[in-house]
Amino acid sequence: MNGPHDLGGQHGFGPVAPEPNEPVFHGDWEKRALGVTLACGAFGAWNIDESRHARENIPPATYLSASYYEIWIRALETLLQRHGFVSAAELAEGRMLEKGAEPKRILLADMVPMVLARGGPCDRPVEAAPRFAAGARVRTRNFNPATHTRLPRYARGKVGVVEAVQGSFVFADDNAHGRGENPQWLYTVVFDGAEIWGEGAAPGLTVSIDAWESYLEPV
Amino acid sequence: MSHDHDHDDHHHHDNHFSLMEARVRALETILTQKGLIDPAAIDAIVETYETKVGPRNGARVVAKAWAEPDFAEWLKRDATAAIASLGYTGRQGEHMRAVFNDGETHNLVVCTLCSCYPWSVLGLPPVWYKAPAYRSRAVMDPRGVLAEFGVRLPEARKIRVWDSTAELRYLVVPERPAGTDGLDQEALADLVTRDSMIGTGLALIPEARS
Repeated sequence: MNGPHDLGGQHGFGPVAPEPNEPVFHGDWEKRALGVTLACGAFGAWNIDESRHARENIPPATYLSASYYEIWIRALETLLQRHGFVSAAELAEGRMLEKGAEPKRILLADMVPMVLARGGPCDRPVEAAPRFAAGARVRTRNFNPATHTRLPRYARGKVGVVEAVQGSFVFADDNAHGRGENPQWLYTVVFDGAEIWGEGAAPGLTVSIDAWESYLEPV
Repeated sequence: MSHDHDHDDHHHHDNHFSLMEARVRALETILTQKGLIDPAAIDAIVETYETKVGPRNGARVVAKAWAEPDFAEWLKRDATAAIASLGYTGRQGEHMRAVFNDGETHNLVVCTLCSCYPWSVLGLPPVWYKAPAYRSRAVMDPRGVLAEFGVRLPEARKIRVWDSTAELRYLVVPERPAGTDGLDQEALADLVTRDSMIGTGLALIPEARS
């Protein structure tokens, strides 16, 4: 979707403001936000692509004025309601009112080291051979789905070169919407700065994205 | 930015802080009452990223690559396995790629679409990495962004920006500073800052080590 999250090439956000000696967390609520988000992810009710899409769906004015942990919490509230774990009334009252859906799994403290160390690999085998080889010239598709995609707007309809075939991975655009993992080959595609930004592009700049096969057409 | 502007931001932030504090507490309360989360599990997650998983992991990877050409070669070819050999695996580091700076090209990593970041080697991302200013400009005006970090590259240096649009996570291997021949790997790791592994910084020269 062409949401507020798709920020590459937008103007007006001012300088980057690195914070000297930045702490890992800026308050207790950030710690709890991280922990609750990961613990609820462990339910097995949604995948990382659905959660990214929930964040993208936050209204633009809210998204752009929120800190990232706030974005996470707003999206988590959406996911918990969508999957029946928590109701809007409960969120309003701040307490349990009814029993909700049963998760596949509840993350207990003793499982945490193993779960974090294992992560969630999303490489999957694909039967067909890759359509493109390193060195191939490709054009990214120009589309504007209202659904989840990982092809940023700035990189649509652009000609680049396949630098590497990176293996085959769960296709985020389908997985976010419960349409299955439908793995595809993934490619690192490099673009000249001028192909993307045109006049006045920074000299000597190249930009790469990691693009699923269906994002690409041969040139 | 003016002082006034800073002040406004802080003020706004304080109010926001307490609102979010209440909102997250309410959510955690509901989930705990329902038996859906174990508060001790949340403590364990927080402790992991506060004390165990952070940029020292990545610094050790870089130092080893500087010191051992065979390891550098492995890191180039199969970063996931090479990094796992040091015990750094897991969440947001499942599929790693290492990209090497040299005299020709400087590498810079961004996630324009969200906040993808190699947790297993760098820990949790700093606020600026997830914020719109960096995500919007890194792909378009990387030299301007680097200047805001105090980094000035030679005019002729090419810049390659890696937008983490899928599940590959990128670790930049900065150039090894001159005058570090006698240092062991722990001393070399002291020179490898978090920002140098994102590409918004360079490795420290030994005199500048703090």
